[in-house]
Amino acid sequence: MKKTTSVTHAVDNIPAGAIIMIGGFMGVGTPEHLIDELVRQNKGDLTLIANDTARPGIGIGKLIDAHLVKRVTASHIGTNPETQRQMIAEELTVELVPQGTLAEQIRCGGFGLGGVLTPTAVGTLAAEGKRTIEIDGKEFLLELPFKADVALIKAQQCDYYGNLQYRLTAQNFNPVMAMAATTVFVEAEELVPAGCIAPDDVHTPGTLVDYIVNTKVAA
Amino acid sequence: MNAKQLIARRVANEIQPGSLVNLGIGLPTMVAQYVPPESDVFFQSENGIIGSGGLPDGMDNPSLSDAGGGMIGALPGAAAFDSAFSFGLIRGGHLDMTVLGGLQVDSQGRLANWIIPGKMVPGMGGAMDLVTSARKVIVAMIHTAKGQAKIVDELKLPMTSGRRVDLIVTELAVIKPSEQGLILEEVAPGVDVAQVQAHTDAKLIVSEPVKTMALS
Repeated sequence: MKKTTSVTHAVDNIPAGAIIMIGGFMGVGTPEHLIDELVRQNKGDLTLIANDTARPGIGIGKLIDAHLVKRVTASHIGTNPETQRQMIAEELTVELVPQGTLAEQIRCGGFGLGGVLTPTAVGTLAAEGKRTIEIDGKEFLLELPFKADVALIKAQQCDYYGNLQYRLTAQNFNPVMAMAATTVFVEAEELVPAGCIAPDDVHTPGTLVDYIVNTKVAA
Repeated sequence: MNAKQLIARRVANEIQPGSLVNLGIGLPTMVAQYVPPESDVFFQSENGIIGSGGLPDGMDNPSLSDAGGGMIGALPGAAAFDSAFSFGLIRGGHLDMTVLGGLQVDSQGRLANWIIPGKMVPGMGGAMDLVTSARKVIVAMIHTAKGQAKIVDELKLPMTSGRRVDLIVTELAVIKPSEQGLILEEVAPGVDVAQVQAHTDAKLIVSEPVKTMALS
């Protein structure tokens, strides 16, 4: 079994300048306590890989508000005017990737693959600098794997082995990110005794999880 | 009935019973209102659900939203999954139809809807995957923007995909892109062919006869 840690202690172990994957889609399925603590500890110079930057004051938007991010790879930033403002002011570099491609690049990183071939974005601006490979007369883009130092994951339930179950659309990028980072931090709605999540219901096996955050305890 | 409602009602006629459909944010979302519940149509939200539906007031679930981040409900028969699987459904050809908004469509039927360089950089989200791989792509949009034609000869904005979309539905017309060019198939009630062409930069091939839009 794993010991749980306070959110303060967990974030102590995330260095400034880290490459961080953060689960969530417009803040749904995003570990808010871990993000709040990154802001409190002022961990800056971060490189983020995430679907979006939510909105100001919500989820990843809080890291943008606090100017802690130097680079973000995402599929969509349209809902966060502050991300766009920092990008135009050249305070922040944004790389836009199609959402399905982003999911596959993260999956490749975690699944030990050298890349993925997708028909998405062939011939578009998003294909610039990428290799094209023809298979059976059809063009594909070679998209390379993404890995990270840290993944911040949000689950519905987590047991004391770190087994995770997600709920509904809060699942999104969390399962692939839990595979693609060196160190995995989990924040869950409920911490439950081992055995409470049936084996068939485990979405992410606990062996992938390094830190289980107990949001109910102080530092 | 306003222009957007007219477009949504016409698009709803394209949706086959029992099919799996992804609706984009904004105008396309309105299409769902005009699809009868007994038609067994399932809607996908690319953030990870098949079977999204309306939500009674006060029944928000913080773990359940649509691709625009709005709170939704899950209908009986719904299924939830992660993003990699969700885009596997889209790229793998399992999605029958997508309905998306547009900034421009050109005479080759290519869509631009994700960026206005130097002005608006929202990002493509799921649009590139959807337009490239959905079995049928419908563009639902207001015909012009600030008096400027959006249906143009050659795209001026960066394209979303090189794939030719299947149908363009506006408040003036239904236009089918083909190898030969854009075919004007239907006009809205009270609109004539000359009016549609006057608001369109690309040369339209007029179908004989041009039908009047049927609305659901």
